[in-house]
Amino acid sequence: MRRALGTAGTFLRVAVLHELQYRVNFYLQLVQSLVAAGTALAVLALVFGYTPELAGWSRDELLVVLGVHVLLGGVIQTAVQPNMTRLLQDIRQGTLDFALTKPLDAQWLVSTRELQVWHLADVAVGSVLVVVGAVRVGGAGPLDVALFALTLMLGTVMIYCAWLAVTVTGFWAVRMDVLVELFDGLYQAGRWPVTIYPGWLRVTFTFLVPLAFAVTVPAQALTQQLGPVAVLAAAALAALLVVLTRLLWLVGLRHYSGASA
Amino acid sequence: MTAAPLTRAPTPTVPWGGPGRRGPRHLLDFYLTTARTAIAEQFQYRAANYAYMIGMVVEPVVYLVVWTTVAKAEGGAVGGVTAGDFVAYYIVWTLVRNMNIVFTPYGWEERIREGHFSALLLRPMHPLHFDLAYFAGWKVVVIILWLPIAALLSLAFHPTFSLTWARAGAFVVAIWGAYLVRSLVLWLLGMLTFWTTRVSAPFELFFTLELLLSGRLVPLTLMPDWAQSIAAWTPFPSTFGFPIDTLAGNLDGPELARGLGVQLLWVLIGWGLVRLTWPRAVRRYAAVGG
Repeated sequence: MRRALGTAGTFLRVAVLHELQYRVNFYLQLVQSLVAAGTALAVLALVFGYTPELAGWSRDELLVVLGVHVLLGGVIQTAVQPNMTRLLQDIRQGTLDFALTKPLDAQWLVSTRELQVWHLADVAVGSVLVVVGAVRVGGAGPLDVALFALTLMLGTVMIYCAWLAVTVTGFWAVRMDVLVELFDGLYQAGRWPVTIYPGWLRVTFTFLVPLAFAVTVPAQALTQQLGPVAVLAAAALAALLVVLTRLLWLVGLRHYSGASA
Repeated sequence: MTAAPLTRAPTPTVPWGGPGRRGPRHLLDFYLTTARTAIAEQFQYRAANYAYMIGMVVEPVVYLVVWTTVAKAEGGAVGGVTAGDFVAYYIVWTLVRNMNIVFTPYGWEERIREGHFSALLLRPMHPLHFDLAYFAGWKVVVIILWLPIAALLSLAFHPTFSLTWARAGAFVVAIWGAYLVRSLVLWLLGMLTFWTTRVSAPFELFFTLELLLSGRLVPLTLMPDWAQSIAAWTPFPSTFGFPIDTLAGNLDGPELARGLGVQLLWVLIGWGLVRLTWPRAVRRYAAVGG
């Protein structure tokens, strides 16, 4: 356990040292994050120019949803997506051999070795949006903030599991690079609360791509619309997904044929 | 909005006429051969093409859901656009967006770095022709794959169309007009790579402006008046809003003709600018090694 955390820490240090060589990238990334957030705010303004509320959500509440979406998107781009892209490449080229031969749990290793720290700019911008939205909605107590942190963490775990499950299919099918696009496209749907979608889409965004638990639920926690049932459901689904993706990973590994095949 | 792996540079493998064989007939021959190769190649990647298209369909479905929700809450229409109109708009959107996928400006970096560009320069014709022909062939595959998606979306969301022969005819021309305009504009943008390597920030800015001013995000009539006047001076509406409106909107004969004329104008301007910029870009290019 301590060794696993130690390697993850080392990966983080190496990534930071590496990226510090290219400091201009941080400012470019920040500009891009601000442009993206500005566009999203303009869309909100446009929608609420025509209507006072959207499916029961006020403008400030949607600002919290948007903030969580940007924040979590930043986490995914920093820590999840780069690892999964590299895993996919390793599976295809057979270079996963190098990860499998290391004396450490392979799933842990392939999930922690890549970090693109500049995307933390999105985390910063998203946090600002969440705070501004939550303050304008008002009334969030320490318990709400704690629930927000808890559900956001569970949501991150679920998104990681969904990503890994999709990536692991690379053990069976070769050309899976488009799945990155597919996932990116689907993630965009989380910018709006899943409650606005019609039934079949809401089910998809709750269980197939857990956007509901990852984005909407934390936002509901901060805007005091969350019941204890949803928190328990989030915890249960997260635990289930962790177990299922672990099994899928182990089965997938058996289909891996290595560099020489 | 970001670069798609599918739209990266395909490695040119098409036989060409050979030196000395020029003129319209050989160019046509080149276009047909390249397009046929693209069709054959992309049909092999049906599944990948589909996964890509489904990821892309999420974007208009999200807009569609948001705006139909607003329309229903506000008594059936937003600024004169009904829920059914929104559905029609965003379903046609999916085809127009697919027609709009052209050689990505992000692809230039790879072309230059990997040396594909040197090979392009050796050809006895402008490299633009290869991109135009290849992606045009790909569109044939995309249109066929799109039909079931459009049918499913129509079943799920109930669009309202008021089709006439003139609108249908104009639409067939307009989607190819949009294809040409966006190909040329993105080619021009991509050439920025010859002057700077930090291209992603200007590219993102460009795509943001396009999103807001083209009708991709929302029908332009819903944008504030000042934004609509700015948009009218850009090529953006020719690539999204106009072709969508020809099929999903209520344009009359003169409006259709005017829109097609504007597309033609942008094609000419774009082609002129490419001709002007290209020699300067090539002069900045230095191939390394072999």
